[in-house]
Amino acid sequence: MTTSLNPMKIVVVGHVDHGKSTLIGRLLHDTGSLPDGKLEELTALSERRGMPLEWSFVLDAFQAERDQAITIDTTQINFASGQRPYVIIDAPGHREFLKNMVSGAASAEAAVLVVDVAEGMREQSRRHAFLLHLLGLRQIVVVVNKMDLVGHDEARFRTVEEQVRAYLADIGLSPDAIVPVAARAGENLAARADAMPWYDGPTLVEALDALSTAAAPLERPLRLPIQDVYKFDERRILVGRVEAGSFRVGDELVFSPSNRRARVRTIEAWNAPVAKLEARAGEVVGVTLDEQIFAERGDVASHEASAPKLTNVFRATLFWLAERPLAPGDTLKLKVGPDEASVTVEAIENAIDTQTLGRAPTDAVGHNEVAEVVLRTREMLSLDDHRANPAGGRFVLVDGFDTVAGGVVSTEGYPDQREAMRVKGTNLYEVDHLLSAQGRAFRNGHRGGVIWMTGLSGAGKSTLAMRVEQRLFAKGYQAFVLDGDNVRRGLNADLGFSPDDRAENIRRVGEVAALFAEAGMIVVTAFISPYRSDRDRARAAAGDAFHEVHVAADLATCEGRDPKGLYRRARAGEIGDFTGVSAPYEPPQAPELVVDTSRQSIEACVDAIVAYVDEPLAVRARAVGA
Amino acid sequence: MAATLAPERTNLADAFDDDTAAHLAELEARTIYILREAYARVAPLGMLWSIGKDSNALLWMARKAFFGRVPFPLIQLDTGMELPEVYAFRDEIVPAWGLDLRVEHCPPEEDMDPTLPPATRAAARKTEGLRSVLARDKYRGVMVGIRRDEQATRAKERVFSPRALDGAWDFRNQPPEFWDQYKTDFPEGVHVRIHPLLHWSEIDIWRYTKAEGIPVVPLYFARDGKRYRSLGEKNITFPVASDAATIDEIIAELMVTRVSERAGRTMDKETEDSFERLRSSGYM
Repeated sequence: MTTSLNPMKIVVVGHVDHGKSTLIGRLLHDTGSLPDGKLEELTALSERRGMPLEWSFVLDAFQAERDQAITIDTTQINFASGQRPYVIIDAPGHREFLKNMVSGAASAEAAVLVVDVAEGMREQSRRHAFLLHLLGLRQIVVVVNKMDLVGHDEARFRTVEEQVRAYLADIGLSPDAIVPVAARAGENLAARADAMPWYDGPTLVEALDALSTAAAPLERPLRLPIQDVYKFDERRILVGRVEAGSFRVGDELVFSPSNRRARVRTIEAWNAPVAKLEARAGEVVGVTLDEQIFAERGDVASHEASAPKLTNVFRATLFWLAERPLAPGDTLKLKVGPDEASVTVEAIENAIDTQTLGRAPTDAVGHNEVAEVVLRTREMLSLDDHRANPAGGRFVLVDGFDTVAGGVVSTEGYPDQREAMRVKGTNLYEVDHLLSAQGRAFRNGHRGGVIWMTGLSGAGKSTLAMRVEQRLFAKGYQAFVLDGDNVRRGLNADLGFSPDDRAENIRRVGEVAALFAEAGMIVVTAFISPYRSDRDRARAAAGDAFHEVHVAADLATCEGRDPKGLYRRARAGEIGDFTGVSAPYEPPQAPELVVDTSRQSIEACVDAIVAYVDEPLAVRARAVGA
Repeated sequence: MAATLAPERTNLADAFDDDTAAHLAELEARTIYILREAYARVAPLGMLWSIGKDSNALLWMARKAFFGRVPFPLIQLDTGMELPEVYAFRDEIVPAWGLDLRVEHCPPEEDMDPTLPPATRAAARKTEGLRSVLARDKYRGVMVGIRRDEQATRAKERVFSPRALDGAWDFRNQPPEFWDQYKTDFPEGVHVRIHPLLHWSEIDIWRYTKAEGIPVVPLYFARDGKRYRSLGEKNITFPVASDAATIDEIIAELMVTRVSERAGRTMDKETEDSFERLRSSGYM
């Protein structure tokens, strides 16, 4: 008698012809899960086709599949052990049916990987195992099948067992059991096999019964992605599924990416016996708020202290399902939970070979391949690292009408932009200055401006900045350099070098530089400022006075110079998140000026910058007088 | 007959042990999520209502999802051959629940593909009825209360399953569907069948029906040693031997039965592929 009602969803994967469908058919029979008459029906069917009883016909319901003897799509079938019910998902092994395998496997709580003892791990065995891990599966039982065809030989089993264990360890999976079976004969499925006395581990059914059902992620920070907003009556109800954590009536929620806040007034339910005061992970809910803030499908509600990351650029590992390859610059639709955004492929960093697990630089991702990419959106997204919160850290890409990729988000290397977006003061009023920028420019003989240098460490930014400052001053300009030395010791003494702190460092420099420029000064900044979003913000602060100069020495040159020994320490792992080594550098897309210190002399670069400053910033008498 | 139209308020936790209640709550949450996705992403949207136990449970969950109001029309594909108890039930529920019901009268059997076996041909009338609703009322999405455990071809379905203009289902080339991301973008002329109950089993539906006090057509309960396990047209559906006269007895029966649910449905087994042919050409 089944003791639990809550079925565990398992997916059965493996290389084509390693015996997945046969295993399932036989398992259904051996656990008494076939309807009456099905065995007779199958026997008759097999006889009509002049072949021995084919267990896989239980699943291969379609005529087409019987004729081709390949499982085309995923099939879901229920069976029960003595302990609990199972929903088993058979997934096709053929490479071309990967999208179906993924569709079946993504909803499973555990996987059974079927490996033919005579063939060992094959291409699809490895690919499936890798994808299972990417899809988020962590429980796996390995079945080494067709033991009857190798005389139930222990040595053959141990060889395959070692091979399987080694591969799974490399991708970060530890199998819950590795079971030698002969599926066709039903050996070690539900009943122990007399023919393999050397095996004292669990049967397949025992191994499955030992797995645990997924618990809702109650302990994680609250994530409530908003699915829709209903106004059927006087109530304005926000609906969604609690993906992680929990909340109570009265809690203050912050909505991302807008950063708006409101308290939960009620948790709504139809036909509920008592008013609901708390909602927990896994529940679908409707809430009303104490304030009518603007919120829409795709927003993510959380608690203030543990909000998701806000970013418009992130790294991801994805599998590509479309026939045509994915290339840098491609624009697709990104879907994360109910949120959607247009996304551009900024870079394809590495292809991952699922056979060898090797990484190699590539500029395109082919059909059914796995790759590491950088994606950029125009609007801000609320994201979690998939390891911290799977539901908020995985996405699909849609091209036209079709889902063409699935991927998981890594938030490493890119800063949280939440703080930078927020204006903290609420009682700020702009005071009109009584002096005009034109008046200041007339007094100084030039306009104020920000000469924003960006480039890798060692590119020569500080050297150039000091020389430019000197030359400009000599020419009568009011010039001043902002660099790490004079900013990090005072204004930004509270900041370290994490991506978040670096973003805040640049935000403050951008604001200070804008004030200098407004005061009429020409300020030259010398910061790596690796993220485009940070520089865009500095540009927004200074407006037309902002001039971006890309100090474009290549990485090899900079690393060769290494004036402070930082690259060496970064390569040695002593410094984390080092731009160009372990953190990205995003070159400007349309800088006002590019100087290349690896090809030009310092003097030539200084000349170019000073000449540039003379052009837009010098105030000629006629211009001021006009 | 007396359908209970105002059931007592219950909740899952009271009706069953913790494990069962948690299981049913999980199934319900998933269905409500799918209903809300459909409503958010597909318009115009309709729901097929066969008036059987599954589509009643689905309708019940739609009322939960949208806080008592069903914000899309229900479509009944009527062959005129339903059992009288089914029509009586319908006529009682529709006004009581304030439903927007559109009855579509299906074309006669003589118009169906003559190469189909007789009962399959009778069932195909609904396919044609649905086709004309879609062509006339331009629905982009139709929700259908089928379940994976009912029948092997239904086990292969996606939750959001796109169909060509003629309703045909290309099971060889279904869209990928994972992480609850459904296909909601379609070219002109394509509609989508939405299946919010795929993950339920027959016994789940009965347990939920009991816990929630959802009214059902009384034909499901045994009289004179027979009951309907699955409701279809009177000419092609037959009661099965059973003494289960209450929901509890039905649940007890299902715990031990090894007879398939659609055993009383003639059209499923006239030939090896009769149901598959029906579904490929657009049957529910």
